[in-house]
Parts: sequence; structure tokens; C-alpha cells
Amino acid sequence: MKRHLISAADLSRDDAVLILDTAEELARLADRPIKKLPTLRGRTVVNLFFEDSTRTRISFEAAAKRLSADVINFSAKGSSVSKGESLKDTALTLEAMGADAVVIRHHSSGAPHRLATSGWINGSVVNAGDGTHEHPTQALLDAFTMRRRLASGASGVGQDLSGRRITIVGDVLHSRVARSNVHLLSTLGADVTLVAPPTLVPFGVESWPCDVSYDLDAVVGKSDAVMMLRVQRERMNAAFFPTEREYARRYGLNAERMARMPEHAIVMHPGPMNRGMEITAEVADSDRCTAVEQVANGVSIRMAVLYLLLGGNEPAVTAARTEENQ
Amino acid sequence: MSDTNKTLLRGARVLGGEPQDVLIEGERIAAVGTGLDADGATVIDAAGQILLPGLVDLHTHLREPGREDSETVLTGTKAAAVGGFTAVHAMANTFPVADTAGVVEQVWRLGKESGYCDVQPIGAVTVGLEGKKLAELGAMHESAAGVRVFSDDGKCVDDAVIMRRALEYVKAFDGVVAQHAQEPRLTEGAQMNEGIVSAELGLGGWPAVAEESIIARDVLLAAHVDSRVHICHLSTAGSVEIVRWAKSKGWNVTAEVTPHHLLLTDELVRSYNPVYKVNPPLRTEADVMALREALADGTIDCVATDHAPHPHEDKDCEWGAAAMGMVGLETALSVVQHTMVDTGLLDWAGVADRMSTRPSAIGRLTGQGRPIAAGEPANLTLLDSAYRGEVNPAGFASRSRNTPYEGRELPGRVTHTFLRGRATVVDGKLA
Repeated sequence: MKRHLISAADLSRDDAVLILDTAEELARLADRPIKKLPTLRGRTVVNLFFEDSTRTRISFEAAAKRLSADVINFSAKGSSVSKGESLKDTALTLEAMGADAVVIRHHSSGAPHRLATSGWINGSVVNAGDGTHEHPTQALLDAFTMRRRLASGASGVGQDLSGRRITIVGDVLHSRVARSNVHLLSTLGADVTLVAPPTLVPFGVESWPCDVSYDLDAVVGKSDAVMMLRVQRERMNAAFFPTEREYARRYGLNAERMARMPEHAIVMHPGPMNRGMEITAEVADSDRCTAVEQVANGVSIRMAVLYLLLGGNEPAVTAARTEENQ
Repeated sequence: MSDTNKTLLRGARVLGGEPQDVLIEGERIAAVGTGLDADGATVIDAAGQILLPGLVDLHTHLREPGREDSETVLTGTKAAAVGGFTAVHAMANTFPVADTAGVVEQVWRLGKESGYCDVQPIGAVTVGLEGKKLAELGAMHESAAGVRVFSDDGKCVDDAVIMRRALEYVKAFDGVVAQHAQEPRLTEGAQMNEGIVSAELGLGGWPAVAEESIIARDVLLAAHVDSRVHICHLSTAGSVEIVRWAKSKGWNVTAEVTPHHLLLTDELVRSYNPVYKVNPPLRTEADVMALREALADGTIDCVATDHAPHPHEDKDCEWGAAAMGMVGLETALSVVQHTMVDTGLLDWAGVADRMSTRPSAIGRLTGQGRPIAAGEPANLTLLDSAYRGEVNPAGFASRSRNTPYEGRELPGRVTHTFLRGRATVVDGKLA
């Protein structure tokens, strides 16, 4: 593994499969009465959040704590950052406090890259979502969820997603989730199709390793997984689409469309869902929708990432047991 | 500053031609020939070096008044001299904005006092660069600064009526409006060129069409009211096509390109290093090639630096928070040699035309951009074109260091610059 996780594009197939397999191993912990491993005892993980995201932050926090790391939450709101402190000075402060890993969420695309490459800090940097660039742990937990649901036997350990057809629907232009998923899923061998109104497809998408369609009905029947992206209602005011209703009709997933999906196919959503916009309540609450499962899987994936970045070079749970015995 | 009496440049290749001697006496060139008698003159061995008319920059941000932490008229003109410039046009986006006779005269006077190169202030087109109300263009023209070039650079004069009126109004005193072509609505939140790279990086796109649509409108407006329009920092292949078409119609349209748009592409933004953040943004390889070709064939009239100094902290941060702009005065000639001369696209006479004669003509400067001949003002730049060296911003005369070329090897080094006979640079160092 590399020292940082900035972009899903930096992961090789083997890197990605290793993370998924490690997460699978760690996921078994969740079934134990005591969900804690001593693996990262004495290490410090900082959650550096310049943007509000309670869901992602508590997921990373739970992951770090289950590995016994010390967790410091640094939220930009109400801190010196809102008084004009620069990213650099914040980073130097964290470095002085001895952060072994910095999990960063930032509104500016590239901020984690900058943090990792500018020499401000020595610890590992984990991108927890930057602007409209990437959100690699989200893509990993999505891939993990797909592999578990779609693989033939044994949760798919050791396998990739070869030949699986994944459809990602919605506001691709503004979505860091979509960017990370396109990279990771194609690395794992899946065939990815993006579906969106043309206004929400990035100019320059032709270089991406995926297909693009403007017609959800044309691809929904051939998908092993349909991932619905959150669409902000405000986009309507910038003329990306005329009305919520038109968007929901043309690009929303409703029961009728879901019924045309193959029997084994799943519906995914990174959350939070806009019920009635990109997804109807009926679909969101159906047992084909993995939204809640994705949240649980997120903790396992983030445990795996922190474990591997902070120096784990043997299977996580085995390593923990060895340490327990010492 | 050295003595201004007599200097003999021995064996200089005038505009890259055969070696000749050039004798400078007082403020003028006294003689050009072979085997000239030194006769008490300071002799400079210029063997093998290229002699050009002093360079003229149509687009310089000197930052004074208001942002003296990034540059002053004095430090900016020192940087200009080191880069071989003998005249710069100081852009109007200062604090306060150069939209009154008082501010342009202040800048003009600071230029006189600096003594390193001529400073010709540019006046704002609209009050406060806000695009709403014409600034007192006539007053700025009549002031001691004698303003003829007007620009809201940094912002586009996007209102078509204001642009039309400005183009018409400046005809009364042979003025020109220099347009920063950027359709504001199409570039809201823009961070870099809109294309394959922006799609991957998730940075807001600055589409080529935002530049091209304004240029198309403005060349039509200039033709309609029979006035002069100058297009700042052309950056796309499409803009080149529009300017080429406008010139083919015989319209009074001129254009500039920056050195960085002749060399750098948006691929560099993949580093998220804000040193590559500039407005208009770095474009694609195809755009770079089209710009070089257009500069070579004269569609683009001149190279202008868009020298844009910024303090360190405004670049030592994440991309989104960083300021746009690059310093350029001290590397401009090297980049032009690298991209245009060493590639065979332009000879040294062509460089003199695009970096001195034509920008001087667009700005209606007198005594700059003149031929190298007896009786002409001795505004001269001597270049060691055989030199190769890495760019080291620590040695810049500019107060700012935001160069995209740090550590990059570039050819050519200005060894001497003369401003009306007086050396401002000697052996590559400020006199």
C-alpha cells in the first residue's frame, strides 16, 4: 500500500482487492460482543473536516476507535480556520501534535493532494472527500457492498468485479462519489455506465473509462447495480434541469423502473437520500436498496484503509491476535 | 546607475544578423557599423550576442498603489529591466483603481522616479473596474500620464453597450480599449481550463467559448464603430481564428499572447500546485501550438507578460484559495526564445517586432520600439542566446516569486539593458 489515499485512480487492482479483503476480515468484528482491536493503539488519527459531514466523520471515527487509535476531531467551524487560518498552518499544528494519519474533508478539490505533497506534514493523508474531485473510501465501500451482494460465494474474497455492469445515475458533474467510483470500478474490471441529463455530465468525460447515456430506461434492465447519486434541488436554479418533477420522471428510480432491473440487481445510494427526487420512498425502503448496508460497510472499509496505511503488512485480525498474545 | 556618456557594443548581432559595432552617445545611438573607433567609450564585448530594441510590455501588473507587499513600481521596473524591457504598461487594477487622472499620474511619476524603465499607466475603462460607468477617460488622457490604453483587465467589460461606448469615446484621442475577454456567467467558479483535465480533477471549468464569444462580439463592435480594440492574453485556438478573420476584414484589431500560454498546458494542473493557476487558464497543447503559429504569422501582434506578482501565502495554499497569476517579466524573453526562436518559428527580427515594435505601436509610445540605427533613442537589450540555465526565483528582482518555471532550464539571458543610453542592467545584474 501507498502512504496516502488521495484518489481511487492511485489504486491498482491488487491494492483494491487487498483493501476489500482486509475489510471483509475486519467486518467479522462487528459480530463480536467487543468490537475493538488493539491494532492502532498509541497511534493518532485526526479527522480534519473543513466541510460539515457528520456521517463520514463518525464513520472514520468509529473505524479508528475500533482499531484503538486515539482520535482527534478537528472541525473548521468555530475553530481558528474560520478566522482565516490557512490550510498550511492547520497542517503544521496537527504535525506538531504528532498526527499519524490525517483524514481530510475539504470543499476545495485537490486540498488532500496538496496536504500530502507540500511537505507540511509527515503522516498519512486520507481523502474523505474533496470538492467535486474524489471520495475514494466511498467508492471502496460501494465496491465492497457490490462484491458481497453480487459475488458467487464466500463474500467474494480475493475476487474483483469483472464483467459486472454498474450504472451510476445523477449529478455526475458535481459528484466526487462518481469520479472515485468510475476509477475504482473500472480498475476492478466492472463495466460502468454513467446516466445523467447532458447538463450534469462533465465536459471532457470522453477520457473516462466508462460509457455515458442520457437514457435511464435504456440501461436499467442490463445493470447488476444501479447507484443513485444525490441531486441537490438547488441545481434547478442554475438551469441544470427545468424542475424537480421533470428530473424525477426522467432520471429518478421508481418502483416501475426497479422492476425492470435483473432479479439479482441491487440499488445503491451513498446517502443522504433525497426521497422523491432521485429515488422514491418505495425503492429506498425496498430490500434491494443497500443504503443502510453501505453505511455499515463504510466502517469496515475505513478500518481497512487506516490499518493498511498505518503499517499493517499482515492480515489485520491475525496481527491483532498476535499483539493481544504478547 | 552607470555613466551615460559613451558606450561601444563590440560585435553585437543586431536583430540576430551579422556582427556589428553599435556606438551609444548620450541618449542616442550615434553609429552602427563595423570597426567603429572606441574613442574613450566604455567597450562592451558583445561578440555573439543578440541586440534587440528595448522590449515593451503592454501588460504588467506593478501592484502599486495598494499591494506593495507583492510589487512596487520600483521593484517591478527593476524586474522589467532585468528581463530586457525598457517600457511597461502598468495595468489599472490597483487599490485604488487607476480610474482617475490622480492615480495614473501617481503611477507615472513613480515610474519616472524609478529610472529603470518607462512606465506608461493604463487607465480603467469603468469606474472601479465595475463595468457600469465610464471612468474619466479623457481626463486620464490629458493628464501628465497621457493615457491611451484603457483596460479593466482582471475583469471583462462584459456589458455590450459600455464596451461600445468606450470604443467610440476613445476615438477622440486615438485611444484603444484592451479587453480582458471573459464572459462572466460562463466562468462562475472557474478554476482551470474546461476540458479533460478539469473533468478528472473536479475543478470548475473555464471554457474556451467564454473567451471566444467576447472576442467575437468585440471585433464586431470595433468594426461597427470603426475603433481600435486590443485583445489581452489570447489563450485559445478559437480566439486565434476569430482574430485572424477580423484582421482579414481589415478591422482595427490587435492581440497579445503571454509567454506562459506559449509554453505551458493544463496538464500541469494535475499537481494541484497553484503556481500554475492563472487567468485565462493554461489551455491544451493544441491551443499552445495555435498560439505559437499565430504569433509567428502575425495574427497575434505581440507578446505581453501579464506579469502578476502575488505574495507567497497567496500561492502556498490549496488550489481553490490561491490567487491567479504568474510573474513573467524576468523570464519572458527566455520563454519566447525557447518556444519561438529555438523552434524556428520566428527569427530575432521577428522577436524585435513582436516584443518591441508592435507593442510600442499599439500603445502609441514615442521613442520606444524604434529601429537600431544612428540617431534613434538608445533603448537596447543585449541577449546571450547561447546561455542555458535553471530559473531560480530567489534571484528575482521582482518582489514576488510566483513563477511557474522554477527549476526549469530555459535558454537566453539578458546581459545588458540600456534605457536612453544609460545602462540599467550590466552583465545580467541591475546597474
